[in-house]
Amino acid sequence: MKIQVIPYNIFVIPFLVGVALLLVICLYKYIRWIGKFNKQQRDTIKKNWFSWKIFSAVWEMFREGLLHVKIFKKNFLLGVMHQAYALGWFLLIVVGFAESTLTMKYLQQENSVERVYQLENQGDWYVKEKGEGVIDELTLGNEEVSKINYKRPFYVSIFYRYFVHDVPSSFRNAHLFSNVMDGLLLYVFLGLTMAIIKIMYSRILGMRRTTRHTIVDRFSKFALWSIFPLRLLAESVTACLYGNGGFFTQTIGNLFDPMIVRGMEHSLWMFYSVMLSVFFVTLPFTRYMHIFTELFLIYFRKIGVKESNEKSGYTMFELNACSRCGVCIQGCPLDKELGNHKVQSVYLVRSIRNQERPGKIKMIADDCLMCDRCSVDCPVGIDLNAIRRIVRNKGTLDTKGNYSYVHENKYSFNAIGRIAYFGGCMSHLTPGITESMEKIFEAAGQKYWYMDKQRSVCCGRPLQQQGFLNQAAELREKNSDMIEKSGAVMLVTSCPICYRSFKTEYNLSIPVLHHTEYIDMLLKQDKIKVRKDDKKVSYHDPCELGRGCGIYEEPRSVLKRVTNLQKTRYQKDKSVCCGFNLGNTVLTVEQQTKICNASLKNLTSKPVDTVVTACPMCKKAFIRATNEYPVRDIAEVVAENLIN
Amino acid sequence: MKKVSIIGAGPAGIEAASVLAKHGISVMLFEKSSSPLNNIMDKAYLFPNFQSAMEIADDLSGRLLNDKITLVPDTEIVDVKWQGTDWKLFDAKGQTYVSDVVLIATGYQVFDAKRKEELGYGIYKGVITSLEMEKMIKYNQILNVSGDIPKRIAFLQCVGSRDEKSGNHYCSKVCCVTAVKQAIEIKKMIPTVDISIFYMDLRMWGQGFEEMYRKAQEEYGINFVRGRISEAAATFDSRVQLKSEDTLMGVPLKMTADLLVLMVGMEPSAGTRNIASRCEICGDYGFVKTISPHLYDSETGKPGLFAAGTCKRPNCIEDTVNDARSAAYAIMEYLNTL
Repeated sequence: MKIQVIPYNIFVIPFLVGVALLLVICLYKYIRWIGKFNKQQRDTIKKNWFSWKIFSAVWEMFREGLLHVKIFKKNFLLGVMHQAYALGWFLLIVVGFAESTLTMKYLQQENSVERVYQLENQGDWYVKEKGEGVIDELTLGNEEVSKINYKRPFYVSIFYRYFVHDVPSSFRNAHLFSNVMDGLLLYVFLGLTMAIIKIMYSRILGMRRTTRHTIVDRFSKFALWSIFPLRLLAESVTACLYGNGGFFTQTIGNLFDPMIVRGMEHSLWMFYSVMLSVFFVTLPFTRYMHIFTELFLIYFRKIGVKESNEKSGYTMFELNACSRCGVCIQGCPLDKELGNHKVQSVYLVRSIRNQERPGKIKMIADDCLMCDRCSVDCPVGIDLNAIRRIVRNKGTLDTKGNYSYVHENKYSFNAIGRIAYFGGCMSHLTPGITESMEKIFEAAGQKYWYMDKQRSVCCGRPLQQQGFLNQAAELREKNSDMIEKSGAVMLVTSCPICYRSFKTEYNLSIPVLHHTEYIDMLLKQDKIKVRKDDKKVSYHDPCELGRGCGIYEEPRSVLKRVTNLQKTRYQKDKSVCCGFNLGNTVLTVEQQTKICNASLKNLTSKPVDTVVTACPMCKKAFIRATNEYPVRDIAEVVAENLIN
Repeated sequence: MKKVSIIGAGPAGIEAASVLAKHGISVMLFEKSSSPLNNIMDKAYLFPNFQSAMEIADDLSGRLLNDKITLVPDTEIVDVKWQGTDWKLFDAKGQTYVSDVVLIATGYQVFDAKRKEELGYGIYKGVITSLEMEKMIKYNQILNVSGDIPKRIAFLQCVGSRDEKSGNHYCSKVCCVTAVKQAIEIKKMIPTVDISIFYMDLRMWGQGFEEMYRKAQEEYGINFVRGRISEAAATFDSRVQLKSEDTLMGVPLKMTADLLVLMVGMEPSAGTRNIASRCEICGDYGFVKTISPHLYDSETGKPGLFAAGTCKRPNCIEDTVNDARSAAYAIMEYLNTL
């Protein structure tokens, strides 16, 4: 007679229902979002869906989904917390699966009728003849058993300690496994403890402020938090009754009185299962949706899918990949300096995802400097400014034709072989910069065409940032046309705002350089000669140049040659916005000045003679805020120190 | 014997000191520089009657010749503290003084035009401030960058006043009429010169101001253009090219001038900012705040602490002197209650 042995207890039902609902809801959502990808994104996926980039995607999934390397780099303790949850739980599942698989194999090899007899007595296993119904004790005792087949449904590894009380003596690693599993549970508990500390004293974990969560999120968090203590209790009680625990659960189990806890064992496991189920069912509707979505996002991003101007399926993946960890709140100047705790990216992403009031979403999207500080901090790498621009998109408002007059201007210039110099609107308000650039061009013997000296067309980025996309495109078209027709070989601009636009929003056939890059090039090629003065300066990384285009080293290399550069506390990608970024048109001058003062404070925390920046906007902002320190652009510092 | 300390020997400080001294009260008059009346000395003639600034300065200095007044020059008061019954003053060298009453008359300083870089001050030599123009008038040396007699001069009103971008929303009150006064003086010296004054709106509030304005247009042919200058640039011959808009005509406007004169506004002086914040009587923009502008404009709300002149708000000389007198009477009333 062949018999089958299947572990089963009523408490697996909530768990199974939870898993099934989780799968169905997630699948439904993912399929819907993939259906909403726009044409360009679809084409990218069709082209790249299977390429070598998959390997790098998997590697990043491992690094970010489990290890949380990016958070570790920003904030060690926070990294430990997130990793403890993710990696700890993941390993609990993997090791638990391995443990149950191996044990079942040994049970199979043992092929002992006595054990089956025992299991059936235990009442949590179905013992049945293959092809027939449940067999009773009597039959089992009388018939000759030729083969015992141990079935192993996937839920066994979740409730393993309950189902397998005594492991066959031939399986030597039993103790090792139970100890490892206890260790992993402790690891998750470490994360849990830190999470509780974070709620009460977030500063211990290096967070000034944590995210304010919605009630649904809090409910789900409560379910998640209760899973692990319940599992510990249930396992400890089982360990108390049967002695199958590891170093942790057994120690706790030994504290209990078997007579008292015997009646509680089943309910504890049931409770554990119910909480798992609650968490699974709420997961797709809460921030915990990020667990799976982040993996998809990493894949799509790696194969080259990008945000567009409209909300698309990819946007949905981005929105849902946000874990609301609150890292974006920490650096936000609006939070830090203005005490505005409502407009950080985490709340933008949440309000769009939860389809809150359009007015509220718009308010949040508009009240942002677009300084990119949160984007570089985001551990998930969500393109937060692109999402803000999607909300800001004015569509066909103020329709085409508004800027058509720029095309009537037939102004053209023969600049074949020359460098085109684009000062930018803001540089016109800081003539010190453009004058210095002209001096530098002359010193280098470089022929140039100052293309916006008399009549200038804006680069279009301020409009782009505010969502006037058609109008911005019109300006870009005119400028591109002028540049391409002039025959210039290179475009140099003094304004990081224009620079980022020319670099990322235009499609120019010639190289585009910011003047910091250009001066650095001249110095390295010995085209200009400078002396080194004995002033101490601090350098402010403009948002659009630093975080926006990754230009950190060139200005530093230039400044080190002409003066003495001092380090500041927040620099490079942590630089504090000057507060006057064109991204925000909602802030009052007083608020902008507050942020500016904070930025200036960072630059002058060590004694310096001059504050140096590389952006006309930042320069104007700082000049406004201080009478104490001279504020110079890097081009001015170089022009002052030129040796003819 | 009651003692009064006055910080700042300008028109306000001197006038208050002289009134108090005439009533037999001894006064210590602190001045951070070596001589009094520095701001007045910058001026050539004063509106609206074109009286020489030197005459006014001489008259005011004469009032200092009183036994009861001790002028303490080269002494910058950096802090004042109420000690329960009297005030203790600390100077920059570490010395201290005690008195029953402190009158703040720390005054103003002009807006630093370099902060409006788009106007090119400090970059293009042809861009000067109203103070520099006053000096040119004083020494009768109105020349352009090349050293020639200028053919065209442009004035720009409200530089650092009524300007959200520079953070000063307030009106500096005296610049409108000063530009008209300077334009007339220049015209008197160089009748051939072409003068344009760019304004937002002209505030001819004082007695005789409106008449001056009318005369400037009718007799002297000075142009008034309603519009702000958005940016300035140098031409190859070191003149200044201006971009503006004539908002009455609704047309953009370009002009090349030999000199661009920036009518810089009044800001609280560094001393005013410092004392106001230390005594916690800091009002808007760093000016000193008084109890009420109507009836208690000399009192700051702190016992024995009074304020007079342009440390409270931009003002002209006549009002500053009157204000100092009323402060002196308020101080005497306070001393009688002690």
